[in-house]
Amino acid sequence: MPDTVKLEVFRYRPEGEGAPVYETFEVPYRDEWMVLDALNHIKDHQDGTLSYRWACRMGVCGSCGMTVNGEPVLTCATYLEPFLPGPIRVEPLHGFPVIRDLVGDLEDFVEKLQRVKPWIIREEEKPTSEGEYLQTPEEMDAYKRYSMCINCMLCYAACPIYELEPGFIGPAAIALAQRYNLDSRDEGARERHEVLAEHEGVWSCTFVGECSIVCPKDVDPAGAIQRYKVDATLDFFRSLVTPGRSP
Amino acid sequence: MKSQARIPTGRISDPGYPRASNPEYTRHHPRWYRRRMPIFWWLRKLAYTKFILRELTSQPVMYVTLFLLGKMWVLSRGPEAYETFIQWLSHPALLAFHALVLAGLLFHTVTWLNLTPKALVLRVAGRKIPGWAIVGAHYGAWLGLSGAIFWILAGR
Amino acid sequence: MRRARDPFFWGLFSGGGMLTALLLPALFLVTAITAPMGWFGMTGYEEWATLAGHPLTRAGLLLVAFLAFFHAAHRFRYTLYDGLQLYHLDALISIVTYGVAAVLTVLAAALLILVV
Repeated sequence: MPDTVKLEVFRYRPEGEGAPVYETFEVPYRDEWMVLDALNHIKDHQDGTLSYRWACRMGVCGSCGMTVNGEPVLTCATYLEPFLPGPIRVEPLHGFPVIRDLVGDLEDFVEKLQRVKPWIIREEEKPTSEGEYLQTPEEMDAYKRYSMCINCMLCYAACPIYELEPGFIGPAAIALAQRYNLDSRDEGARERHEVLAEHEGVWSCTFVGECSIVCPKDVDPAGAIQRYKVDATLDFFRSLVTPGRSP
Repeated sequence: MKSQARIPTGRISDPGYPRASNPEYTRHHPRWYRRRMPIFWWLRKLAYTKFILRELTSQPVMYVTLFLLGKMWVLSRGPEAYETFIQWLSHPALLAFHALVLAGLLFHTVTWLNLTPKALVLRVAGRKIPGWAIVGAHYGAWLGLSGAIFWILAGR
Repeated sequence: MRRARDPFFWGLFSGGGMLTALLLPALFLVTAITAPMGWFGMTGYEEWATLAGHPLTRAGLLLVAFLAFFHAAHRFRYTLYDGLQLYHLDALISIVTYGVAAVLTVLAAALLILVV
């Protein structure tokens, strides 16, 4: 095992050079270190101006997503070890404009997430006195997988379509729309359909499938999108043979 | 490791704070760097290359459909036309090309069938059918139909 | 109408994808490789012509051709659109790809109904 490992870190300083550069740092190598530990070592001991996001260090906050040797990963859950002997290239997530160094601008995702109304919509709330909304284990199983999303945006970074067509609503937002569409307590599918049935909703997707592969929580956004396409298509062809029914 | 002398802190009061040498920069206002997607983006990752190859199987599918219609047309032109057509098909260069087309078709079939459980979620008696069963059923249908085609067109 | 376009073409695309995935490899192997090589039975003109003349063959092939053309057109449209980043040409690409599929379907119908 080596004593040190080199990291080539993407640096973008808007007040400085204008164009991004790769800066090489040499950090101690430890078997138990994640890429995030190496970045923290750089920030604490070599260059305090290095900018990146992180919080929980345990793969639930979803803020430390970066591109490591070309793949979008959570840096808190990615060991240095498989990249030996290095150098390890650390870049911001693809598909998002870079504000500084490894920090991307995530406004676009947040705006799209709100557009699909990721909350339970009821036509009428039942009074509290009538008790809670009960669900069978099967009913919960229908959406549970999609509810595991931590909004880390690795799926957006893996999606070439999002990078090519920034208008595309994207994998996580559609998976979260499906998380509520498939919830037995929810009645908002029609409202979400307004957004999802647009060309920039599900139809921009060409099923590259990488979103589901990089997802650290096994949410399977690609599956959610294809299922929505199948359902929307069946509804459309049914509406053709059933007059008076709108797709 | 770099020298342990002095680590820039990133604070504005820090003498080492990067001074704006870029005249277009305004402090506290984002000045984004946007990466452009290269035209050969599908070479960036093996998965993207596979994806574009999968999408390009539309061409073998197109070719084979035209080929089948062409064969129907030749059959309508009588035995001599058919004989010429068969001789033409036996040419090694065309056979090699057709082997390549067949490989493209098989890539289409395999990628298509492997992705079926993503699009289909089936429930029987309230229980979700596992993905491998959906894929298996599709491969079974493929083998069955291929066997039937062989039996009808080449089995006798 | 704008809303109808995507599910309509996607329906043809996926129907065609499934049908071509299941049928074309065997059909092509038999008609383009084993028959001219003289492998297995059924190499003569008469047998093929009888089969080609059957109404079920023609109806089936017309269905396969229609869906296969639209499957290929849809896929190729997205290949041009995303693969080569030709967003500004989407309208033109759509008209050409789906248009070619429609014309070829009409020609296939003419061939299978009138000629064969």
